[in-house]
Amino acid sequence: MSDLKFTRRGVLKSGAALGAAGVAPSFFVRNAWAQDFTNNPGNGSSVVLGFNVPQTGAYADEGADELRAYQLAVKHINGEGDGGMLNTMTPLSLKGNGVLGKKVEYVTGDTQTKSDAARASAKRMIEKDGAIMITGGSSSGVAVAVQSLCHEAGIIFMAGLTHSNDTTGKDKRKYGFRHFFNAYMSGAALGPVLEARYGKDRNAYHLTADYTWGWTQEESIKNTTEALGWKTTAAVRTPLGAGDFSQYITPVLNSGADVLILNHYGKDMINSLTQAVQFGLRDKQVNGKNFVIVVPLFSRLMAQGAGENIKGILGTTNWNWSLTDAGSQAFVKSFGAEYGFPPSQAAHTCYTQALLYANACETAGTFYPCEVINALEGFKFDGAGNGPTEYRAADHQCFKDVLVVEGNENPSSQFDLLQVVQVVPRAQVEYDPAIFGGELGTCS
Amino acid sequence: MDAIFLQVLNGLDKGGAYALIALGLTLVFGTLGVVNFAHGALFMLGAFCAVTFQFMMTASKQIKDESITFFDAYKEVPYLEIWFGHVGTVLIDWVVPLSIIMAIPVMLLIGLAMERGLIRYFYKRSHAEQILVTFGLAIVLQEIIKSFFGANPIPTPAPEIVAGSANIGALFGLGDSVVYPYWRLIYLAFSGLVIFAVFAFLQFTTFGMVVRAGMADREMVGLLGINVERRFTIVFGIAAVVAGLAGVMYTPILPPDYNMGMEFLVLSFVVVVVGGMGSLGGAVSAGFLLGILQSFASMNEVKAIIPGIDQIIIYLVAVIILLTRPRGLMGRKGVMED
Repeated sequence: MSDLKFTRRGVLKSGAALGAAGVAPSFFVRNAWAQDFTNNPGNGSSVVLGFNVPQTGAYADEGADELRAYQLAVKHINGEGDGGMLNTMTPLSLKGNGVLGKKVEYVTGDTQTKSDAARASAKRMIEKDGAIMITGGSSSGVAVAVQSLCHEAGIIFMAGLTHSNDTTGKDKRKYGFRHFFNAYMSGAALGPVLEARYGKDRNAYHLTADYTWGWTQEESIKNTTEALGWKTTAAVRTPLGAGDFSQYITPVLNSGADVLILNHYGKDMINSLTQAVQFGLRDKQVNGKNFVIVVPLFSRLMAQGAGENIKGILGTTNWNWSLTDAGSQAFVKSFGAEYGFPPSQAAHTCYTQALLYANACETAGTFYPCEVINALEGFKFDGAGNGPTEYRAADHQCFKDVLVVEGNENPSSQFDLLQVVQVVPRAQVEYDPAIFGGELGTCS
Repeated sequence: MDAIFLQVLNGLDKGGAYALIALGLTLVFGTLGVVNFAHGALFMLGAFCAVTFQFMMTASKQIKDESITFFDAYKEVPYLEIWFGHVGTVLIDWVVPLSIIMAIPVMLLIGLAMERGLIRYFYKRSHAEQILVTFGLAIVLQEIIKSFFGANPIPTPAPEIVAGSANIGALFGLGDSVVYPYWRLIYLAFSGLVIFAVFAFLQFTTFGMVVRAGMADREMVGLLGINVERRFTIVFGIAAVVAGLAGVMYTPILPPDYNMGMEFLVLSFVVVVVGGMGSLGGAVSAGFLLGILQSFASMNEVKAIIPGIDQIIIYLVAVIILLTRPRGLMGRKGVMED
């Protein structure tokens, strides 16, 4: 039997030594465990980003514009071209030599605006092409599906055009980030303008696309208009891609409603608005008031499709090429010189997302997703359009000014389709992240 | 009452498009025995005849746009307006009705080329093979159109004079809220006219008589020394023209995109089956019937009783008709029963 003696000094010394030994790995081998993550570029000279955009299907034109923006972003990150928003964005860690000294390369996938196809192409880019980040898309259904896949794969997802409250609400994920605004913010921005233009005594009739984005937008706009004192006459769900909406529009004629709110996007919005105008709704008088049509989410590409019918219609948009701040001008100039026409809001959000991800890696000093997520969470920046912006840590939703726009009655050029009615300050569209529920989960 | 009247009108107008497409499908099936899944693509090609004609009429001179200072942008001024002033503007305004003149020969040529170049090799093949090859052809045509015109719908408005709505409520002693777009009324009249013309052609011409005889007994007509095949090729061309004209006239209602044919194809096949395979009268009647039922099923009062009925009504009716009358409403014995 050994003769062990325990003294107070001896125990303290042993405890300190054990503590130091326990802590040591996190000082000396932090990079060693950090290297163990999906598609770590290691010592390679390049890093691969995955651009998952709709190249076929109803949103192919929007997807093409997203891809143009990503290609421009890659150019600028790698130090080519005029630098675009790298000249205006602050704070900025990027040096114009790629990311962490590695040249940025990219692969592309086709979401087809279908959740299963989008997940398959994201999976392929992660597993076969070694993409370290996935970004893009033009639908909330797609964004929610791909975000969930990326979270499971340990890959950061920088969402493209997605406007449903769910993306950063009940379906939010630790690895997912959205720069684009959402339906709640549209409602909050649009409400005061609707009140100022059309008063407090109105009866609204909703036609709503029957999927996640449509439902959340209808709910947000209804909450806003009912808070103003408006009544909701009816809220009718329409199938996605219905084409001919006439059977849904005819009941509006004698419903007693004096406002038609079209919770439609893309082709559906072009068709429903065109047909509503053909049925004379814009020229109609109900209850002694002029009948009005409202399209809560607008884009310039949609305005092109709707032609003359868009004139005088109110809505909101994330960004418009006519903004005069330095960041917007730098991007429009760079994009216009490259492609000969101004960028869409989808292009703007995708370009910004690519820069934000690259900048976060550079700031974190690593591609390790958990460190990059830390760099993005709560990141405050300016010079990227829409004024001072923040990536809220609690739900990964970007908060910035929102634009209320109107179809331009007297366009000065073929691109001058939307006129900014009001730049709604960020404070007016902020909300408590708890209202939409959901859990971010953890980074592992 | 107002709401019911509007939905009947809406159903007739919708049914007009279904009937025109289904009429062409039935003609091709009845004469050539081919199940043509590329027929919707012909409707789409007709719409893009109008789009192409619009592009031709609005061919423009590029003038530097001084309002854009960030980069070199150009605005377009149509040559027709430069050369002819107001007359040029009017011609551009009337582009959709004028494009019918271009669509007739173009669609006839497309129809003949399709039949001679591909379809005739599949006359003796199974219906499954016919469906596969024509469906493949439809996809190829769609992709070609998308590569030229993009994926977004292209606005192709009706002439300004018929862009608004008619107060038809006043005509029938109904309320002022009963208005209906002029162009949709024109479309309804146009579909009636085309349907009448096709029936008159088949009923009152020698060519039509031979075609009808061939539809009833192809072998016997051939034994009489008549070249039925040549006539059937022309029938395919006529079916293509009917689908194409339906597409041209539909462009102000639905801004055309490459996928519009597929959206109508499935519904039109249901119309043909409900009407009875090979029955021209059945196709037309079923087109209008299903159009009206679809409109009524979309009424809020109906949907409050059976939620979602607007999405399934056409298929529900098809199931009921096929259970009670397996050959469809006006189907003939022996058609597709071998």
